[in-house]
Amino acid sequence: MENLAAKYTHIPGWGIDADPKNDPTYPLKHHTDSEHDGYNWERPAQQSQDVEVLQSIERPSLPAVFGTTVAPQGLSGQLRRFAFKYSESHYGHWLPLLLADRVNMVEGLVDDLKQGHIPNIFAEKGWKAEWKHNPLGLVQKVATTALVTWAVVAFFSRKKDKA
Amino acid sequence: MLAMNYRGPRRVRVDQKPYPEIKHPEDAIVRVTRSCICGSDLHLYNGNVPDTRVGSTFGHEFVGIIEEVGPAVDKVKVGDHVLVPFNVACGKCVFCQQGLYGNCHESNAQATAVGGIFGYSHTAGGYDGGQAEYVRVPYANFGPTVIPPDMDPDDAVLLTDVFPTGYQAAEMGGIQPGDTVVIFGAGPVGIMAAKSSWLFGAGRVIVIDEVNYRLEFVRDYAQCEVFNFREMDDPVVFIKKLTDWIGADVCIDAVGAEARGNVLQTITGRKTLLQAGSATVLHWAINSVRKGGTVSVVGVYGPTDNLVPIGNVVNKGITIRANQTAVKRHLPKLIDHIQSGRVSPKAIITHRVPLEEIADAYHIFSEKLDNCIKTVLIPPSARV
Repeated sequence: MENLAAKYTHIPGWGIDADPKNDPTYPLKHHTDSEHDGYNWERPAQQSQDVEVLQSIERPSLPAVFGTTVAPQGLSGQLRRFAFKYSESHYGHWLPLLLADRVNMVEGLVDDLKQGHIPNIFAEKGWKAEWKHNPLGLVQKVATTALVTWAVVAFFSRKKDKA
Repeated sequence: MLAMNYRGPRRVRVDQKPYPEIKHPEDAIVRVTRSCICGSDLHLYNGNVPDTRVGSTFGHEFVGIIEEVGPAVDKVKVGDHVLVPFNVACGKCVFCQQGLYGNCHESNAQATAVGGIFGYSHTAGGYDGGQAEYVRVPYANFGPTVIPPDMDPDDAVLLTDVFPTGYQAAEMGGIQPGDTVVIFGAGPVGIMAAKSSWLFGAGRVIVIDEVNYRLEFVRDYAQCEVFNFREMDDPVVFIKKLTDWIGADVCIDAVGAEARGNVLQTITGRKTLLQAGSATVLHWAINSVRKGGTVSVVGVYGPTDNLVPIGNVVNKGITIRANQTAVKRHLPKLIDHIQSGRVSPKAIITHRVPLEEIADAYHIFSEKLDNCIKTVLIPPSARV
């Protein structure tokens, strides 16, 4: 170790945390076996529930503290409630949640419009920054999107004309 | 108050939201003075984390001033400037007692694999995050830590995740003096993992990425060797050659689900979500480490499945260690490293952006524009 240290004098703090006994290291380091006793720790006070909180079926009750932001609602909320009938090891849990996220995106647009707010999608996507730092890239993206859109429209128009 | 508002994949804005409420006797309300965008926020931003609800506020790296406390809070007080570890942890449950603060069992209703994380989807507990003017901080007797008076808040905010995560990546590698450590990813966490590997006595630190400006930065900041995987035929063979055909003692995955470099992984993991993200780096790490070596994973993946060469884990006798970082565990040591001048986390901050410009900030960070490495958001209430 001393010989090695001489080699690394140019690195501030080299080897200062070296520990030959760091084995097993984290996360086993402070293993206590206390989990064998199950749910027997002194639990913190229970937060009262004032909004709908979906709960994993892999736990017996709500944790003492939980987040309360954006309760499930609408069609996406129905999908999320369905997902929570399955455990975290099941695709029946995760795939409906991903679908719900996409449905929720549309619901968000509708909510914006209902509140009289027309979302500035270009601003929300940070295109101003793209224009400032990568104008050529932005032009390429716009041109590619326009070309693909034109090709798709032209393809379907021709098909319609033939019919 | 102003807060970030997620509207769907790659769409965010700042809106007025209600001031947060005390919901539990151990809660505090913190007025945010600095908040970062983290590489793992990009998984949310790209819509890859299940149960990321429209209307959520992201942000798990923040510092701020305590504005209000619940009746049971006695470890911090109104007016304290605190750094808030990204883990929502009770400090009492069976897992917290073992230092597994990223796995607290009293903070996440929606999932049992991970504990609560601020602003990181309902899969991580459904908490609003710190990319806002104010935020609710549960378990204020345990998590928030008063920032030492001589510490720059820019250093403090990087103690809420980035520096501890890089440090824990090196710790989980079980690095012994003289070991060769290969770190995949020259983002903020990879940079701090490189710096931390030396603290554990690494003999050689090698960082692999595809972004040259980041490689140049980490080469100078962490005095390590750097290589661009776009300039090699096969990163695994390249690393074998570099290590006398033996392999690295320790490989660190500091990228996770957004990894590039393999078309199949990119299509199935990032574009179509048939996997829980692209496992390119994990694949390289397993195949580049020596027989009997250690792979340390701090890169974030989704909760479903990934294509990884598990057969080679068996055949090579590899130890894989991974976890969400238990930030609180590391703070005394890391505060000392900063105060003694061994490590300067704030040197990685390249962008300081008003909270109101969050959409541009996410885009710049996500697309690696303007040589961006680390972005700090400053709320209007912290600018007066």
